[in-house]
Amino acid sequence: MRDLWPWKLELRGTPSRAMTYLSPVLAIVMTMLLGALLFIALGKDPLAGLKVFLIDPFNGKRAISELLLKSVPLILCALGLAVCFRANVWNIGAEGQFTVGALFAGATLVLIDVPGHATPGSLGLVLMIIAGILGGAFWASITALLRDRFNANEILVSLMLTYVAQLLLMYAVNGPLKDPNGMNFPQSKVFSSEFMLPMLMSGTRLHIGFAVTLVLAAVMTVFMTRSLRGFSLFVGGTAPHAARYAGFSSRSALWVSLLISGSFAGLAGAFEIAGPIGQLLPSVSPGYGFAAIIVAFIGRLHPVGAVLGGLVMSLLYLGGELAQSRLGLPSAITGVFQGMLLFLLLASDTLIDYRLRRKAKV
Amino acid sequence: MTSTIPRLEIAHIRKAYPGVLANDDINLRVAPGEIHAVLGENGAGKSTLMKIIFGTVKPDAGEIFWNGEQVHIANPHVARKLGIAMVFQHFSLFDTLTVAENIALGLASDVSMPELVTQIRQTGEKYGLELEPHRHVHTLSVGERQRVEIVRALLTNPQLLILDEPTSVLTPQAVDKLFVTLRKLAAEGCSILYISHKLDEIRALCHSATVMRNGKVTGNCDPRNETSAGLSRMMIGDELVRLQRERNPDSQRSERKLHINRLNLLKAHLFATELHNIECEVRAGEIVGIAGVSGNGQQELLAALSGEDQRAAPNMLMLAGRAAGHLAPNPRRALGLGLVPEERLGRGAVPAMTLAANMLLSHQKPPFVKRGMIDFAYARSAAAAIIERFKVKASGPDALAKSLSGGNLQKFIVGRELERKPSVFIVAQPTWGVDVGAAAQIHAEILALKKEGCAVLIISEELDELFALCDRLHVIAKGRLSPSIAIEQATREQVGLWMSGLWQQDGQEATHA
Repeated sequence: MRDLWPWKLELRGTPSRAMTYLSPVLAIVMTMLLGALLFIALGKDPLAGLKVFLIDPFNGKRAISELLLKSVPLILCALGLAVCFRANVWNIGAEGQFTVGALFAGATLVLIDVPGHATPGSLGLVLMIIAGILGGAFWASITALLRDRFNANEILVSLMLTYVAQLLLMYAVNGPLKDPNGMNFPQSKVFSSEFMLPMLMSGTRLHIGFAVTLVLAAVMTVFMTRSLRGFSLFVGGTAPHAARYAGFSSRSALWVSLLISGSFAGLAGAFEIAGPIGQLLPSVSPGYGFAAIIVAFIGRLHPVGAVLGGLVMSLLYLGGELAQSRLGLPSAITGVFQGMLLFLLLASDTLIDYRLRRKAKV
Repeated sequence: MTSTIPRLEIAHIRKAYPGVLANDDINLRVAPGEIHAVLGENGAGKSTLMKIIFGTVKPDAGEIFWNGEQVHIANPHVARKLGIAMVFQHFSLFDTLTVAENIALGLASDVSMPELVTQIRQTGEKYGLELEPHRHVHTLSVGERQRVEIVRALLTNPQLLILDEPTSVLTPQAVDKLFVTLRKLAAEGCSILYISHKLDEIRALCHSATVMRNGKVTGNCDPRNETSAGLSRMMIGDELVRLQRERNPDSQRSERKLHINRLNLLKAHLFATELHNIECEVRAGEIVGIAGVSGNGQQELLAALSGEDQRAAPNMLMLAGRAAGHLAPNPRRALGLGLVPEERLGRGAVPAMTLAANMLLSHQKPPFVKRGMIDFAYARSAAAAIIERFKVKASGPDALAKSLSGGNLQKFIVGRELERKPSVFIVAQPTWGVDVGAAAQIHAEILALKKEGCAVLIISEELDELFALCDRLHVIAKGRLSPSIAIEQATREQVGLWMSGLWQQDGQEATHA
């Protein structure tokens, strides 16, 4: 009986560094294999299906630019979440912080972008981006405050605030921010192009927000691996007593990590408004804030990893869209792939602390 | 004893971990009713062997016989069914559960909670291990947690009881009481495996001993016929240097470096101990000890000294002449404080971080940190220097803190705190669970520190240690601190009495004298 499966899991002496980085790769490969099985089960050619997911998003300059564009909000949200998770602050409300960031940014432009305004485009753009950052940080600070003052669970609070944020956005686009000439659609006016982000590549929608994201990833790498503040967050997250002994305040860890995370999510929201969307819509986010949780973990809670993870997740989004149009698969396919990826990643992470060993012959 | 069937016999046990051979061809026999010592330095492989017997670690090779029959102990559940109970050195208790709930989890049978509470109280009374069954474990001190473990083990009516360093946190009276208990258990037929490095205790208690070094058995003996020096020679290969304590004649007139000035602190949580009027001073070049059974306010006092608890009024704590009761840990470090906490893993060091990174817990000033940025190269070299100077057994500055044995991690933490050249050095349980070799080394470092003019305060539950090191001794009991007594005038009996809080009558005169 026991020898049907000749392998066993054995605790490693020390966690494997190699597996820490190989585990996400393994998870991605397994996701694709299971994806192929899924295509077969749905009666599609698995190779054609995988081609749509893996090859087609790289097909040409336009496709690649779309891939990079879509990775921006994912990477930004994941950069902030990685800080939170390392500090053991379980902010899962990046989606809400993203939404409020977009709302604040959009509202700022609705105020500025009126006929006959005298605001220079670049100033308006900067103002709307600052408003987006403040919006995201403000939304995250509600979670921090409730946890700090009343010891409310930050998982529940941040998650619930996501729905509040969405309702707030619905109210805004149905009420005060609605385009008066918009045929009563629940959306703001389309903002003037002078307030939009400059393009990075001509003939595409890829804006300079992508470059900003890469710079921020570099800054966060330094913050998390070199700065005392980043170190203190990590200590507070893994050993709270040691943090107290060291003199690192757990309150400041809570506030700093949530404010950073909220700011990044808010910035991502502002970039979407000032980039590909160009107006305020009820559907500013197809779940970027939630997908970013997976991105943060694929990226090993490291900023460089968040960039790579964000590109993979972007691939899944675009592949899912292409699968809908080319293979006639339902839109849920993106979510299925995201779920498989997270599940397989958590499973693969077992191999960081354990190794597979052949059972000894009895 | 060879005529009877041994209660437990293990033969040719072998266990290898990546990089180390923890157990190499180990043989051991324990007769019914025998108290058998397993002696060895940290890292000798004692704990691994006990875990194999208790089923938490699987041996690579070897056989185990229980009452003459070969058994396969796959997990602790099997071990408990056989009648083996174990008290771990690192406690396996859930912080958020109460004493009674923790004990209920370890028991196989279904006992109703009120019944269990009665049993806990009875066992506690019978063996001098008093416990409040409804307290949460996170509020207990180390010594009290150990009591929970021992009571839990005793409630299973074991045939073999394994005790890993059990006496390190008990008063001399309590140790005597525990020995009475253990002898009684042995007389009732229960075998006992007693892991310790305290040679006197082993000679007083045990019928036989197995000595281990580097994963191998290096000797078998009857400890009652051996001298402590002989035992320690078997254990570490050479004799220990006896400490030479020098009385610093100038210490009475030297500068007062640490003054705890009528410190009063209310409870921070329901089960904390209130501190009342704590009065204590330590002068440069002096070592002052605070004895006491754990749970009498040591944790609270230490938190108030380290800066983890900043509720005290500023002048209740004077550090180098400055009011410091309200300061955070880092400003206190700037005033010259070095502090080694009681818990090594989780407070004194972050388990999952490297030794180099752990330097930063108490070194956040240049050259370790400049303009908010960490110089990891410097931290690594500083950690490497400590590893070298204190002979810490670790693979290097990149070794994770949790990969070190208790004694080696303690040497590292002590080294880290000495690195800042403190003028006030506070250390709690400096040698708790630390092997003889490391303990001697730490003691020597503390004495050297005194010679350099540092003011040292030791909070310890080991009287041997306090008598060996201190110039003056206080006793803490129920959140109050006794007046100090010069070590030459102190007796173990008197200190033992003071531990129960019985100094108040004659104490008043002593303070005014």
